[in-house]
Amino acid sequence: MKKFFNLYYDGFRNMKLGKVLWLLIFIKLFIMFAILKVFFFKDFLSEKFDNDKEKSEYILKELTKF
Amino acid sequence: MDENLLELVDWSRAQFALTAMYHWLFVPLTLGITFIIAIMETIYYKTNDDKWKKITKFWMTLFGINFAIGVATGIILEFQFGTNWSNYSWFVGDIFGAPLAIEGIMAFFLESTFIAVMFFGWNKVSKKFHLVSTWLVAVGSNLSALWILVANAWMQHPVGMKFNPETARNEMVDFWEILFSPVAISKFLHTITSGYVLASIFVIGVSAWFLLKGREEFLAKKSILIAAIFGLSSSLFLAGTGDIAGHEIAKKQGMKLAAMEGLYKGENGASLVLFGLLDGDKKLKDENDGFLFKMEIPKALSFLANRDFDSFVPGIEDIVYGNKEHGLIPTSEKIIKGKLAIKALKEYKASKKNGDKIKEKSSLKIFEENFKYFGYGYLNSPESIIPNVPLVFYSFHIMVALGFYFILFFILVLFFLKKDILQKNKWILYTSIWTVPLAYIASETGWIVAEVGRQPWVIQDLMTTSMAVSKIDASSVQITFFLFIAIFTALLIAEIKIMTTQIKNY
Repeated sequence: MKKFFNLYYDGFRNMKLGKVLWLLIFIKLFIMFAILKVFFFKDFLSEKFDNDKEKSEYILKELTKF
Repeated sequence: MDENLLELVDWSRAQFALTAMYHWLFVPLTLGITFIIAIMETIYYKTNDDKWKKITKFWMTLFGINFAIGVATGIILEFQFGTNWSNYSWFVGDIFGAPLAIEGIMAFFLESTFIAVMFFGWNKVSKKFHLVSTWLVAVGSNLSALWILVANAWMQHPVGMKFNPETARNEMVDFWEILFSPVAISKFLHTITSGYVLASIFVIGVSAWFLLKGREEFLAKKSILIAAIFGLSSSLFLAGTGDIAGHEIAKKQGMKLAAMEGLYKGENGASLVLFGLLDGDKKLKDENDGFLFKMEIPKALSFLANRDFDSFVPGIEDIVYGNKEHGLIPTSEKIIKGKLAIKALKEYKASKKNGDKIKEKSSLKIFEENFKYFGYGYLNSPESIIPNVPLVFYSFHIMVALGFYFILFFILVLFFLKKDILQKNKWILYTSIWTVPLAYIASETGWIVAEVGRQPWVIQDLMTTSMAVSKIDASSVQITFFLFIAIFTALLIAEIKIMTTQIKNY
């Protein structure tokens, strides 16, 4: 277990280019999950309805309104 | 379709297409380069020659950059399912969810664990374990792609499910039928091998740049050797899987094949268009064949479609208006059946609510009898099943032409390498560099054929794209569309800048 931990610990500590890449990954994930998901990509059905029954009724209504 | 809905559908499609195409800039390189790296490391393991270790580590760094920048870009597509495509997301039920969940778990455990060993494990774990980890990263990233492609293939050819009218969801009844659907198998093999070809071209292109600069000759030549052999064998396999994919499309998505070939009137012994220029003035049912100019391979389309040189291949008009002789039902009839299914579903729900058992049973029977035409009920006219023919036709022909060019390219590179005259013939080195963007173009056009070619369906015959969208404000989709352009362009610039700096400073 210690060997496994050291693999990651030393690996991250000795990174050069990797640090820039990790920074990019964190910025990207922050934008995706803390901004885009929270403010722009709310789950449409979960926002409007409380449970699966209501959701399915809404979809059935949508599917059969023609 | 009213104008507001049309605007919403168009923006939602544009956003999905933009995200998917950017995402696909990163994926194919990962799919292919991991195998090339694994082959290189295997040679290092066998020979114990440190020069091979150096080569392996160089390409591993470029893979790391591509992986880091590309990772999680696909998650945005999943965000869009929940926000922009909620009708679709609900309708597909666990069929889409299960493969994506397997993909998520597999990607996380297999890739993340072994990628860490791959990058951090040099001199920390045994050479053998390191090599196994590298191979597992390659296999793992390709298996991740399998689940996504299985989900996509189900949309092209829905099998192994039953629609539950109580919940309005499709339920999986046969996981293996979904996984081993011929469309899924051919799509998976064709897509991953396209990634191998792209990665091979990338490796050759970067190596050619080193040779042009008179640097890293050993690394460049050995890399070209591995990549050209891997690329050539993948290219030949790619042509084979392309043929199988074409055959499957002919059986399950006749309209897509007709659009790919610009075939308006079906014929026996149909020819395959080699090159062609479409006539923009073509109207349905006129005598014009739809081309200003074309070169064809006689009877090849019939063979591709049915494995019979003289067989009948339906054209766009046969599919829209029907063809009695060849047993093709007119789309207008399918629309009637689709509307019947929709009406029966509505009546089933109403009768269930009212406790009318007889009506409930009869409505369900009508619904189930006509369910396979369900999506047709949302079409306004038979002609609306025609996708954008020029976009599909030209994308298909660009992809195929480039695919054959790549075979020739790999053979040429191997020839020049074997004769050791690569550096004397700078044109082949420049060609190698300029072939890199062509590989990306071929890869993207392949997806245009697959996705634009199946319009107006989001799920073949069952759900139209216009039915799949959430009823949200089109302006909110526009905002995120432009946000994505900014984010993805920044990521792409970062990738190119970091990668070129890494190559230049090597």
